[in-house]
Amino acid sequence: MPSYVIQEKCDGCKALDKTACQHICPNDLMVLNKDAMKAFNLEPEMCWECYNCVKICPNQAIEVRGYADFVPLGAQVTPMRSSDSIMWTIKFRGGELKRFKFPIRTTAEGSAVPNGAFNEGAGDISAAELFTEPASTGLAELAAPGRTGWQ
Amino acid sequence: MANFETVEVTTDLLIIGGGMSACGTAVEAAYWAKKHNLKVTLVDKAAVDRSGAVAMGLSAINQYVDLRSGKNTIKDYVDYVRNDLMGITREDLVANIARHVDSTVHLFEKWGLPIWKDAEGNYVHEGRWQLMINGESYKVVVAEAAKNALGMENIIERVFVVEPLMDGDKISGAVGFSVRENKFYVFKAKAVYIGAGGAVHVFKPRSSGEGLGRAWYPPWNSGSSAYFTMKAGAEMTCQEVRFIPVRFKDAYGPVGAWFLLFKSRAISAAGGEYMALRKDELEKWLPYGKVKPIPANLRNWLGMLDTMEGLGPTYMKTEEAIQKIAEDLKDDPKEYKRKMKELEAEAWEDFLDMTISQAILWASTDVFPEKEPSEIAAAEPYFIGSHSGASGAWVSGPKDLAPKEYFWGYANMCTVKGLFAAGDASGASSHKFSSGSHAEGRIAGKSAIEYIVKENPTHKYDQAAIDALKAKILKPLDIFEQYSKETTDPNINPNYIRPKMFMFRLQKIMDEYAGGVSAQFKTNKFLLEKGMQLLSFLKEDSVKLAAADLHELMRVWENVHRMWQAEAHVRTILFREETRWPGYYFRADTPTINNEKWEKFVNLTYDVKADKWNMFTRDILHIF
Repeated sequence: MPSYVIQEKCDGCKALDKTACQHICPNDLMVLNKDAMKAFNLEPEMCWECYNCVKICPNQAIEVRGYADFVPLGAQVTPMRSSDSIMWTIKFRGGELKRFKFPIRTTAEGSAVPNGAFNEGAGDISAAELFTEPASTGLAELAAPGRTGWQ
Repeated sequence: MANFETVEVTTDLLIIGGGMSACGTAVEAAYWAKKHNLKVTLVDKAAVDRSGAVAMGLSAINQYVDLRSGKNTIKDYVDYVRNDLMGITREDLVANIARHVDSTVHLFEKWGLPIWKDAEGNYVHEGRWQLMINGESYKVVVAEAAKNALGMENIIERVFVVEPLMDGDKISGAVGFSVRENKFYVFKAKAVYIGAGGAVHVFKPRSSGEGLGRAWYPPWNSGSSAYFTMKAGAEMTCQEVRFIPVRFKDAYGPVGAWFLLFKSRAISAAGGEYMALRKDELEKWLPYGKVKPIPANLRNWLGMLDTMEGLGPTYMKTEEAIQKIAEDLKDDPKEYKRKMKELEAEAWEDFLDMTISQAILWASTDVFPEKEPSEIAAAEPYFIGSHSGASGAWVSGPKDLAPKEYFWGYANMCTVKGLFAAGDASGASSHKFSSGSHAEGRIAGKSAIEYIVKENPTHKYDQAAIDALKAKILKPLDIFEQYSKETTDPNINPNYIRPKMFMFRLQKIMDEYAGGVSAQFKTNKFLLEKGMQLLSFLKEDSVKLAAADLHELMRVWENVHRMWQAEAHVRTILFREETRWPGYYFRADTPTINNEKWEKFVNLTYDVKADKWNMFTRDILHIF
């Protein structure tokens, strides 16, 4: 497949300004069939199983079935991603279930400030120091021959 | 010709790509551009939130030098990289990335990336240079800082850049098309940054059915960086230094946590622990056979010898590693239970953060790592300058570190004026991984703005040349339109070839003649020369590629890009008459390392006007 869309659950993101899975797929695989208002994976053999369509779908309409040419049937790996963590449910072929929850970020969505609250530095376009250096390096000055950390 | 509106975008710095390095370029260039009143535009063939090699996430940061702790130095990192690449490394580039990478990692943490900490608040190391992270949203967080720095109004998504625009010996922009609507894009810029990834699917993958897409590196990395720099006339380096990762078999799940964190051993079922039993083999690859850690390609090689002798399967002894950790806690049942639970979560997160397919494969085969070992195998070859391969453009070093032969004005500028590269696009600076690629992208971003400020280049544009490029890029749509109705099945038509079959043809040539999986990574002069002949037929046929729609038009050009990466690779393996990285490829007619003659870079340029390849060596100059 690998990612597939459940007929009954997909509404083509009709209430949104764009089709979420089509917007996010890094390999341009998810396509909205505008007549049926259902999305589908156009080129399943080019799918990396990155799960970005699964994670972004507002209706939980997308799942993954492992590559049919080497993965035995029956397992399912299902994420539930929130703004700060992700919950995974792993169903084994033999029926066993495992659940894991991991954090995904420590700040509020959208809040990343480019300078990371470090001093922005001397602002010299010709110098080796980048934006926020040396403060963001953790050293008093950027490593260079003869300075701390060089050799 | 297909009726496409032309959209012209004029900017100062054009950033092509949206992965780790390009996000570094964006965040850095935005700051310096604002100071100097310049405009920066980023164009990505996908959505920046989830584009590039880190689109799925990662479970570790593989480059953190940790200078602030005083435990490591820049020289330590350079030594590690030079040894791993069997001596073929630009020390100035590696050192420059290494001195900026900690800053990048500290920024990631501030932006919101969860980096594991111990009880004292220090980062948890997976190995000497590696940090453990909760990296499901690694790319989202890094992209967010880039988007906040640039503003979404300066980011164009779903536009695929095909070709560079040149004004004499200077780059002046790029052209491409939207994969969503019938629009042709002409970007006019004072400087261009290329960060469009490495190359996957040049060689036939092990899985060729539905699992075709399950490459270790993502299938959307199609050699676009290498094509762009070569066609701009830029000097390229290390085009022979492909990378072959040994990973959990078929789904290519990461092995780093098992080897480094859990101290697991690898064995072949009939042969035993090949790293111990075959240690004498390392004597053949001196001085690099004796360094610690043992270079990745030599570790590969010892395992491959077992495979070639029919001693497989090869196993990661996961159950043994877990039992060993458990052994130490056998007298403390409560701590034992806690530790086992922690290990289980760590092992599964390693997959779920970056290779979810491996979790599916383990679940579907009822694998419990504490009970039984899991198979590992060498994957097909990839082109990835950021990891343990080294292919990419030959770029200037920084002025305070580079020997004069390696310096031409601006750090990370290619040998073409105004064209900058980093990440998978720049060569001979391996082991930068995700964090170092971002740091190198920042170096290039600042440097590109410095170039614009100091040189203030102006360009002339040849409208006839742009029109010709537009016609060439859209031609596959015309071909399909013209001929596809002549047969009852549009897939089979003598007038054209569709990109999927074109890709399979390329993969078969590379697999069988240039040392792919089926050839057990072996080749020789005669096989390579035969491969070159078949590649030349393929190149002639590339003008007959056909596309039914915009998506397929992208596939056409992706595969043309792959074909150029393939040709550069074959020419370079042919030129280097030795075997230096036996676990990446083995030239059976020159089966030994020859340090006296070949401890050099092999570089090349492609002369667009003369349609001629130039191959030559460059000396390795040390800064330590």
